Amino acid sequence: MKYLIWSILAVPVAILFGQSQTGDEILQKVDRNMFSENKIIVSRMVIHGERGSRTVEVKSWQRGVKEAFSEFLAPAREQGTKMLKLQDMLWTFTPSTDRTILISGHMLRQSMMGSDLSYEDMMEDPHLPNLYAASVAGEESVNGRSCLILLLIAKKEDIVYNSRKVWVDKTRFVLVREELYAKSGKLLKRMDVREVMEVQKRWMAKSIFYKDVLKDGEGTEFLVDSLVLDAVIPDYLFSKAALKK
Amino acid sequence: MNWFLLKGLLRDRSRSLFPVIIVAAGVTLTVFLHAWLAGALSSMIQTTAHYKTGHVGVMTRTYAEKTDQIPNDLALLGVDTLLAALRKEYPDLRWTPRITFGGLLDIPDDMGETKEQVPVSGMGVDLLSANSPEWNILNIGPALVQGQLPKRRGEILIAEGLAGKLHIHPGQTATLISSTMYGSMTFVNFTFAGTVRFGVGPMDRSAIIADLSDVQAAMDMTDGAGMILGFFRDDLYHEDLADQLTARFNARYTNASAKFSPIMGTLRQQSGLSDYLDLVRFISNAIMGIFLAAMSIVLWNAGLTGSLRRYGEIGLRLALGEDKGHVYRSMIVESLMIGIAGSLIGTMIGAAFAYYLQVHGFDIGSMMKNGSLMITDIIRAKVEPLTLVVGFLPGVLATLFGSAISGIGIYKRQTSQLFKELEA
Repeated sequence: MKYLIWSILAVPVAILFGQSQTGDEILQKVDRNMFSENKIIVSRMVIHGERGSRTVEVKSWQRGVKEAFSEFLAPAREQGTKMLKLQDMLWTFTPSTDRTILISGHMLRQSMMGSDLSYEDMMEDPHLPNLYAASVAGEESVNGRSCLILLLIAKKEDIVYNSRKVWVDKTRFVLVREELYAKSGKLLKRMDVREVMEVQKRWMAKSIFYKDVLKDGEGTEFLVDSLVLDAVIPDYLFSKAALKK
Repeated sequence: MNWFLLKGLLRDRSRSLFPVIIVAAGVTLTVFLHAWLAGALSSMIQTTAHYKTGHVGVMTRTYAEKTDQIPNDLALLGVDTLLAALRKEYPDLRWTPRITFGGLLDIPDDMGETKEQVPVSGMGVDLLSANSPEWNILNIGPALVQGQLPKRRGEILIAEGLAGKLHIHPGQTATLISSTMYGSMTFVNFTFAGTVRFGVGPMDRSAIIADLSDVQAAMDMTDGAGMILGFFRDDLYHEDLADQLTARFNARYTNASAKFSPIMGTLRQQSGLSDYLDLVRFISNAIMGIFLAAMSIVLWNAGLTGSLRRYGEIGLRLALGEDKGHVYRSMIVESLMIGIAGSLIGTMIGAAFAYYLQVHGFDIGSMMKNGSLMITDIIRAKVEPLTLVVGFLPGVLATLFGSAISGIGIYKRQTSQLFKELEA
């Protein structure tokens, strides 16, 4: 009798908190909330290194998952540096050299400006459901918000982070915490969303703390100053000619 | 008696020539091998000091823990002040700051697009000061192959091998891609002033040398350096002095709780070179030990052979009434003469060969094409006082022991059996 009562109670609770949905369905909802075909972001990275902190300000234009253009606005040393990412190629332009230089593929996985983010982390906005198979691994409260824990396993071999553990806000479908793992199972990076914001009726991260666990330093704060979703971005921006303009 | 024995040895070549040749050959090889190994080790220490560690080096505590990673994010700052203090407090050494870095060298085509991109290992050294010690330490002037030495900022020297691979010539511009001490990517244009060949494999394959101030600007390391290197003025590594100096400096300047406080390390202590040098010394001593043991056995055997060959002569001498002890002593004195003569000849020949290789050297560049060891392509032998003794003593002693042991047989001869043996 006791088990029957518990079972009757458990069904609506499970439905209410999304347990009835599969991991893939939840991930689709996260993607629908967070992914935008075109976006323009002005952000700041506060990099807490071993010798103090410094701030890098960047404006980025992203189209789809493979095209991105970034311009560094500050500090003065980096101001005017531009980067163009098309597929797996990254070109960089620096005003001091007046040259556009192609950065080799493996460099995309290197630390960007000494931060805890790689160039790929910064310039890519992947469709997670296309890359990972998700399963629900549990529930947890994060910063007072009720979250589902999803375990994402890469569907392909050549994906940088072979698996991810993500904490999804149950009602806003925004990622609030993430752990990125290598194929060996080693934890590579940790991400904590400290503040979210509502943009064009979607919930997006406003302040994220990144920590590359393989790197010395105190982590990197990624702060979004402005975000425009579904923005109109001219085609010429995703050409090498735009780098020198 | 000695003169009599010497005349006997000289007149009867069958008693002296073969043993002397054996002793001389063994001593020659011992002397030569010792000088060669001493030269190779000395060359490795000098090259490592000049291009990598200095005889002593000052860096931050955290940099010292990861020197092999060249962690410029942990570099020394406030170098000018520290350098002035070092020059004042330790005037017996020449002090010079350096930044070692890695990166990519990007060669543009006519349109400014990337034509070639190769990994390089760079050094930022004081090239432009009038009294910079680097010209002598790195031997930059004689190493110049093409072009000219840098005269102004923005000019670099590039390894001849690297220049050949990239098909670039003095006057051309290239961009260095590296990272600042804060981890940002940095791009800097440089002009090739000239090409250099140091005769050190790893340097000649991928080195670029720029002025320290240019590298400081490129790496965002104002008043910074990876290390401040110290060199004894006679350019020899004095281990005891280096240890004392290091202990004194660290007691005064190093703060165990501050990650970026300066710490001094000797050449041996840096990058596990201590273990490496110990290993090299152990191997060279082991080779010498094995070689000496083998030579002693050969010479001992030669003594035995000599005694056997002279079995009849010894029997006759005993039969004529010569005292066994006298016969034994005379053989010992003979072996001593042979040992001294052979060792003298061997030492002279070995030292002459070694001296030839000290002057001319032996080019091992083709064998070290892809090696990462900081060792010159031309290895030179090193003739030092020990070289003249190292073969002499075992040469004499081995012959002596050989005769002493084989001569014991004299005391086992029975006088009653002597005539029978002679008749046979």
